[in-house]
Amino acid sequence: MTDTEHFVEIKHAQKSFGKLEVLKDISLNVARGQIVAIIGPSGSGKSTLLRAINDLDALTGGEIWLDGVQVNKDLPYRQYEKHINQMRQDIGMVFQHFNLFPHMTARDNVTMAPKLLKGLSKADADKLAEEQLDKVGMLERIDYYPSQLSGGQKQRVAIARALAMKPKLMLFDEATSALDPELVDEVNQVMKKLAEEHMTMIIVTHEMDFAASVCDRVLFMDKGVVVEEGPPSVVFKNPTKERTREFLRKHLAGAK
Amino acid sequence: MGLDFTVVPEHLDVILLGCLWTIFIAVAAALVSFFGGIIFAVIALYAPWIIRQPFRLIEWVFMGTPLLLQLFLIYFGLVQIGIDLPAFVAGIIGLGLHFAVYNSELIQTAILSVDKGQMEAARTVGLSRGQALRKVVIPQAVRDVIPPIGNNMIALLKDSALVSVIGVSELTLSAQRVIGATYRPFEFYLVAAAFYYVINLCMEWVQRRIERRIAISR
Amino acid sequence: MDIELMQRVYPFFLQAAWVTIQLSVLTALLGLTCGALGAAMRLSRLAVFRFIGAAYVSVFRGTPALIQLFILYFGGPQVGIQLDAFEAGVIGLGVNVGAYMTETIRGAIISIPKGQREAARTLGLSRWQTFYNAILPQAARLMVRPLGVNLNMLIKSTALVAAISVVELTYTAQRYIGSTYKPFEMFLLAGILYMIIIYATGRAVAWLDRRVQIN
Repeated sequence: MTDTEHFVEIKHAQKSFGKLEVLKDISLNVARGQIVAIIGPSGSGKSTLLRAINDLDALTGGEIWLDGVQVNKDLPYRQYEKHINQMRQDIGMVFQHFNLFPHMTARDNVTMAPKLLKGLSKADADKLAEEQLDKVGMLERIDYYPSQLSGGQKQRVAIARALAMKPKLMLFDEATSALDPELVDEVNQVMKKLAEEHMTMIIVTHEMDFAASVCDRVLFMDKGVVVEEGPPSVVFKNPTKERTREFLRKHLAGAK
Repeated sequence: MGLDFTVVPEHLDVILLGCLWTIFIAVAAALVSFFGGIIFAVIALYAPWIIRQPFRLIEWVFMGTPLLLQLFLIYFGLVQIGIDLPAFVAGIIGLGLHFAVYNSELIQTAILSVDKGQMEAARTVGLSRGQALRKVVIPQAVRDVIPPIGNNMIALLKDSALVSVIGVSELTLSAQRVIGATYRPFEFYLVAAAFYYVINLCMEWVQRRIERRIAISR
Repeated sequence: MDIELMQRVYPFFLQAAWVTIQLSVLTALLGLTCGALGAAMRLSRLAVFRFIGAAYVSVFRGTPALIQLFILYFGGPQVGIQLDAFEAGVIGLGVNVGAYMTETIRGAIISIPKGQREAARTLGLSRWQTFYNAILPQAARLMVRPLGVNLNMLIKSTALVAAISVVELTYTAQRYIGSTYKPFEMFLLAGILYMIIIYATGRAVAWLDRRVQIN
């Protein structure tokens, strides 16, 4: 039985590098189909938290659960590798710097993992690539190499690559931060489309307007703790905490 | 036959003497290669065409053929034209010239990368071209080139083993002599290798320190 | 210059050049194998392997190749390794150049941005799948040129086996210098052949390097 209210569950997440505590006892629930934005100043731990969800950065304490299965299970090395590879197939991730494979065309970027991990035939893989690239509006660039694409186009291919694994959850780590301003919107449109399809998403972003328009819930993090959380209407319009207000004031002033 | 290292201590004096020779030859050849490298670089960049082109050909030959072959040419070639030098001098010249060519490559690149404005500035205060090169351009180029030249010098140390083939009694040939008397090649070549290794480690240590210095001075 | 003498002896130099080529090819193959293994150890998850890899590189790059060759060829029989001079040459030089190639290969692999590994791992690929499909194809392209430099060095270092009497180019030149007292002519013959081999290899590497570049 899957628990739709506790689809993603972070319990007492804690992470430190030596004496430096980056995450201090963070707990969070995300329901199925929910979209959560994490905002906060740089160094607040928001990216670290996101990267802990698929164990790119291992936690030093606490648990991550996805759809009733613990992600960061305590297992011997070999078993853990197997387990985490299985889990990661269900967790798509999009990076700030795209991280497309430069030696592969858009098509191969999208199909490599499904072919390797799900044993897709060439024909099925091609169909999948066309489907996913069409979804992000990149079908006509299917046989282009990353070096031939703009930043926004690269990021859309990267999203298609993640979606091709049919993930249950998508993580976005500042997906538009490295883009020229005029290219941000094409990526945001794709993310909006995913939101309309009720994809469960956790988004680390510094774009308040976008977060306000698509997210169900906003988390404001600072210095490794969640300072404030709630619907965007509350967090952005009437924050209860002084630190949140200060951050928003500075950030909005800086953005204008 | 097996291994027996108990024979090593009584022959250690010969090996140590060879070690001193290796250090002496390496240092002398390093000096030749350093100043030779600067001279070669200046010729390759600034000499008139008629000198520059044949010179480049010679450089090219030096880089395209093995050091051992060059040592044979220098050692026997000098004898042929009537210059009978001790083997160790031929060895120093051979090693020195070989690495001078490699150093010259590095120094040429460095000279070219020293800002053009530096030469112009030196000329406008009244220095001649030669003075500008000597006082302004080359000192800067040499500083840039010290770390990669350090690598060449470490390679030079190891290649100095080759001069044993033309009869210079350095570390390798000393080991060979001892082996001739004891019939223990494994043990004594290993001992020689250990000495080379230690010298090599010292050089790497010095190189790291110099690199750090340069990094700070920037 | 004694052209007539050169005409008389050049067939022997050609034969010797063929030996040099054989030595170079076999040494390069062994060197690449050792380099790949060495790099795998240097990058291993296990500290023991990392240590062995680092020790291999440090010792074989830190001592003269000539001494390594002598230990193998002259000292080998003491520990039960009987090799003829050619075999000792290939193995000695191959293991030596493998230490240099270890660093070349490792350098190319670690220069691939971390994000590439993360992207592949995020999709669910295992460590090996990530390396084989995402990292290696990119690193291999970066390796071609520096491995070409190693290869150039290797060809010249095959001359060392003259010291254990393998009849290759340098040994042949040395022998004819001894019997004819014409060092310059013999150097010229051997030198031209070396330069042809090195030039051809350099062109082949440059061609390969162009071929493998993305687009």
